[in-house]
Amino acid sequence: MSTINYSDKIPNNVNLSEDRTLQRALEQWQPNYLNWWQDMGPDGSHGYDVYLRTATSTTPDGWAQFGHVKMPDYRWGIFLAQAEADRRVGFGDHQGEAAWQDVPGEHRANLRRIIVTQGDTEPASVEQQRHLGKTAPSMYDLRNLFQVNVEEGRHLWAMVYLLHKHFGRDGREEAEALLERRSGDRDNPRILGAFNEETPDWLAFYMFTYFTDRDGKFQLCALAESAFDPLSRTTRFMLTEEAHHMFVGESGVSRVIQRTCEVMKQTGLEDPAELRRHGVIDLPTVQRYLNFHYSVTIDLFGADQSSNAAIFYSSGLKGRYEEGKRDDDHVLKGSHYKILDVKDGQLVDKEVPMLNALNEVLRDDYIRDSSAGVNRWNKVIEKAGLAFRLGVPHKAFNRHIGSFSGLRVSPDGRVIGEAEWQANVNRWLATEEDRAYVASLMGHVVEPGRYANWIAPPAIGINKQPVNFEYVRFN
Amino acid sequence: MNAPETIVFIQQHLIDPEVCIRCNTCEETCPVDAITHDSRNYVVDPAICNGCNACVSPCPTGSIDHWHPVPKAAAYSVEEQLSWDELPPRQEMPVLGEMAEAAPPAADEAPQANAALSPTSPKPPWSAAHPYLNLHTLKKPALATVAGNFRLTAPDAECDIHHLVLDFGTQFFPLLEGQAIGIAPPGVDANGRPHYLRMYSVASPRTGEREGYNNVSLTVKRVTADHEGRPVAGVASSYLCDLRKGDAVQVSGPFGDRFLMPNHPGSNLLMICTGTGSAPMRAMTEHRRRLKEAGRPVDGRLMLFFGARRPQELPYFGPLTKLPPEFIDTSLAFSRVPEQPRRYVQDRLRERGDDVAELLRGDTCIYLCGLKGMETGVLDALAEICAKAGLDWPLLHQRLVDEGRFHVETY
Repeated sequence: MSTINYSDKIPNNVNLSEDRTLQRALEQWQPNYLNWWQDMGPDGSHGYDVYLRTATSTTPDGWAQFGHVKMPDYRWGIFLAQAEADRRVGFGDHQGEAAWQDVPGEHRANLRRIIVTQGDTEPASVEQQRHLGKTAPSMYDLRNLFQVNVEEGRHLWAMVYLLHKHFGRDGREEAEALLERRSGDRDNPRILGAFNEETPDWLAFYMFTYFTDRDGKFQLCALAESAFDPLSRTTRFMLTEEAHHMFVGESGVSRVIQRTCEVMKQTGLEDPAELRRHGVIDLPTVQRYLNFHYSVTIDLFGADQSSNAAIFYSSGLKGRYEEGKRDDDHVLKGSHYKILDVKDGQLVDKEVPMLNALNEVLRDDYIRDSSAGVNRWNKVIEKAGLAFRLGVPHKAFNRHIGSFSGLRVSPDGRVIGEAEWQANVNRWLATEEDRAYVASLMGHVVEPGRYANWIAPPAIGINKQPVNFEYVRFN
Repeated sequence: MNAPETIVFIQQHLIDPEVCIRCNTCEETCPVDAITHDSRNYVVDPAICNGCNACVSPCPTGSIDHWHPVPKAAAYSVEEQLSWDELPPRQEMPVLGEMAEAAPPAADEAPQANAALSPTSPKPPWSAAHPYLNLHTLKKPALATVAGNFRLTAPDAECDIHHLVLDFGTQFFPLLEGQAIGIAPPGVDANGRPHYLRMYSVASPRTGEREGYNNVSLTVKRVTADHEGRPVAGVASSYLCDLRKGDAVQVSGPFGDRFLMPNHPGSNLLMICTGTGSAPMRAMTEHRRRLKEAGRPVDGRLMLFFGARRPQELPYFGPLTKLPPEFIDTSLAFSRVPEQPRRYVQDRLRERGDDVAELLRGDTCIYLCGLKGMETGVLDALAEICAKAGLDWPLLHQRLVDEGRFHVETY
């Protein structure tokens, strides 16, 4: 059974008390973590009682226990999915061998780098979102923000556990550094670009949780295949929590669209400027936000051709999305993959060895998954009887990493010159004016059951509670 | 066959495609692999889902928690559900008429565990023991050994009900009275697909069929006809009834976190059942009997209303009649005894109206288990009894449901 030991200082299902050295190391890290939360966690929220979900075990009935808690008292802990008996490596050169319970010396540096990069995104997003509580569109949304924040905190714990347990002194130093970097800090920024961007308003927050947390899902899915079993089990449990974050994003954007469509139908207006006078977010602005978050996020998958990706795969560190459901040889030597390349200023297809293109494979899986959700947003517009449709831009649009960086590409995938880009960029990416308008809508709506004018109430509350439930008590 | 056609309803488990975000959590969680998806929707296969609710709390959206009453024969197929952009409107329920002629229990073909249409408590009574759930799945079942298999009904009785004892050896499989286990018969069906899981309420108390042993008993009726009365051999029930001592059986579960008994002193049980619906009642009664024997009487009253066609077809008839009346107050109802008027459990309830009303006034949990047809009759009888006794039944009924004290499980 994987029941968590609450008598320990650090709730866990990994028999922490049997490893005194590790326990002491983590108990020293814990106060630093709490200090970080006090400084960089949700601004001004420490005294609130928030209706949060806490894991008490990793079985289906145990990991979603709901109750009001103060966030600094949240039981952050270390939970691994239940071990699979006799788990085998599913891909790469070690396919068929027993999964590793310890880090092989030759893969130590690469694994540490993978874990640190993943771990760094978790506190980064908490930092990016720390002021949003001041402008929540409802108590329900405020609660969802806090839930996302505490679970990102727990995901940091998950990665720090691996660093402390398996990487000795290097690991402990990396764990400290995770609390020292700051999102957007000029001198000591977070590792990945998208995690140094601001999340200035709630539309950006929903877009971030929809697109960027989905990148997290795909990275975690790829790591859940890892030959390093503790990493696999950790990420598998993190995935169950990640789903809620994407829900917040998908339903948030959907409710924004729903509200705008309601006003469009009531008033018969379509002109963005006129709709803005009614205090809702016009659909072209939603599209421009989408273009920005989508393009910034697909950069996170890395260069389209990468020898590191090939090494990570062949050595069994990181698999593909749903590796087990694919029916190829899971070694991929000699396989090819069609990627998009730039030749003479044009986009062309190019066959490359699949092992080197694994970043692109994961990116394409991500694109399919995220486009499906955009189509569900279109269903909301369609249901309202309106003709507008949202779409994801071409994957070469607004890229800063890989072979498209520096290239100007329109959302429909034409390579264009600088002049055409400059003439149109305000139609394609959210402008200062768009952001200022959205920012002007951000109020502070926190009475139970009230929702800001620019967003529709949710279809259903959290954990079967009504939508006017007191999700946060401000005390 | 002039018997009126019995329409069987189930609570079909559906996912709201407008709220679902396709995160795969439910499919990952489902212990019996009832959930599947295509590029458009996630859907629940009505032939496999056993209503165990393991998927409900992990779902981040709430889209998973939809239950529509539908005639079983017209349950929405997987293909239909995959084509939806939104949930269909809930169907109006026809008023159930007179208690239908006793159709054979659909246990062999009604895997969505509970088809109850009347309100039933969404949680157990406050003092219920904490149940373990989903320890063993279809993919990773526990392996039980048959320790015994006996026919309960008289040799000349038309219906063949078996008492089956399964032993778990050293495997961890704790069960509470009212919980169920799942068994899928080995082999494949006519379409070459593995048989789906069937659910059986345990008939033994938490301390084992034999006290102190890691075993459990089931009450299984051999299905010989379908709902229209056409002869058909039930796959799972035949498999179980024909098992011999020493055979191995794959078992999943435990399932069920609602239909559980109260543990606090002074709590009364009002149990109403027909046929194999007696299994959980036997388990609860035996638990209380063992407590009493061990000198830890719970002091609550037990009242049982039990219906069958004839005494020869009433499972556990012998042992039941030997229990002292001061321990359990039992009323039997037989609907097919020659030369006698047909009597149903609701008739017995009315006859004992004053005692039932007294029990309803106290700290009592009510359990209904058996054929779907008894639901309406029993609820009508309870309403009538309350009216006579000056009790406000709608109010009381709602309170019982809200407080985890009114449990209905029918098929």
